Amino acid sequence: MAIVRFADQKLFRNPWADFERMRRELDALFQGTGPESGGRGTVFPALNISEDSANIYVRAEIPGVPAGEVEISIEGDTLTIRGERKICTTDEKYSYHRREIECGRFSRAVTLPTKVQVDRIEAKAADGIVTIILPKAEAVKPRQIKVNVG
Amino acid sequence: MTEKEMQIQQKQEVRQAGEPTKPEKQYVPAVDIFETAEAVNVLAEMPGVAKEGVEIELENETLTIRGTVVPEEHVGETVLLREFEPGSYLRKFTVAETIDQERIQATMADGVLTLVLPKIAPAKPRRIEVRGI
Repeated sequence: MAIVRFADQKLFRNPWADFERMRRELDALFQGTGPESGGRGTVFPALNISEDSANIYVRAEIPGVPAGEVEISIEGDTLTIRGERKICTTDEKYSYHRREIECGRFSRAVTLPTKVQVDRIEAKAADGIVTIILPKAEAVKPRQIKVNVG
Repeated sequence: MTEKEMQIQQKQEVRQAGEPTKPEKQYVPAVDIFETAEAVNVLAEMPGVAKEGVEIELENETLTIRGTVVPEEHVGETVLLREFEPGSYLRKFTVAETIDQERIQATMADGVLTLVLPKIAPAKPRRIEVRGI
């Protein structure tokens, strides 16, 4: 994972650090859950999560669900995306040649890495991709510290 | 929740002889194809593709669906989780029915393309009477 947090860093330099990192990356590769391995989870929708100093961005691939029908809720630091895809027609009189699009209810919850300002969360949807922008709480935002000379 | 929840479908990359020149991924969109008495309907899942990015061609019974994505730049963001990658979509079908090319309709909504390919009305059976002289 590209993110480096203070808690992840060892106090002393570990001579095996590189090997451990390699092992972790291999594990991630075989599980198919590593962020860079292109692995996908199993619960719909697929998510991309990233952060910068001010916000956390959650992007979900939800084709076939109108923007107004995606329910997004937050409880503490758990973000939940819910909805139902209803584009499939199930009519007896149609003859199906291919059926690859799955329909039904979905819900996915993710734990956010930091506290966010719940009342300033924004969400927008375009072409089947929902983007949720969660501003980080003031307390966890990086702060520039000025060095005083003298 | 007692209902079965939806699973993510693995996006399949296009396998083809020619290599794409652009360094982006090319996926096979998931489709539903169903036929009614009047038309062949195609639903194709292409998240991230805008209305302007869709190209549909029908040539010699080969239907080509192409969706191009304008890649978004997210400068200065650190990736925490990546489960999907944007890319373009390409899929070809052989359409056996005789399709009325003039009346093909395509709509794009929420990342799903709906194509209606109306069939040409089949020739009505004609009965030929044999007249005696």
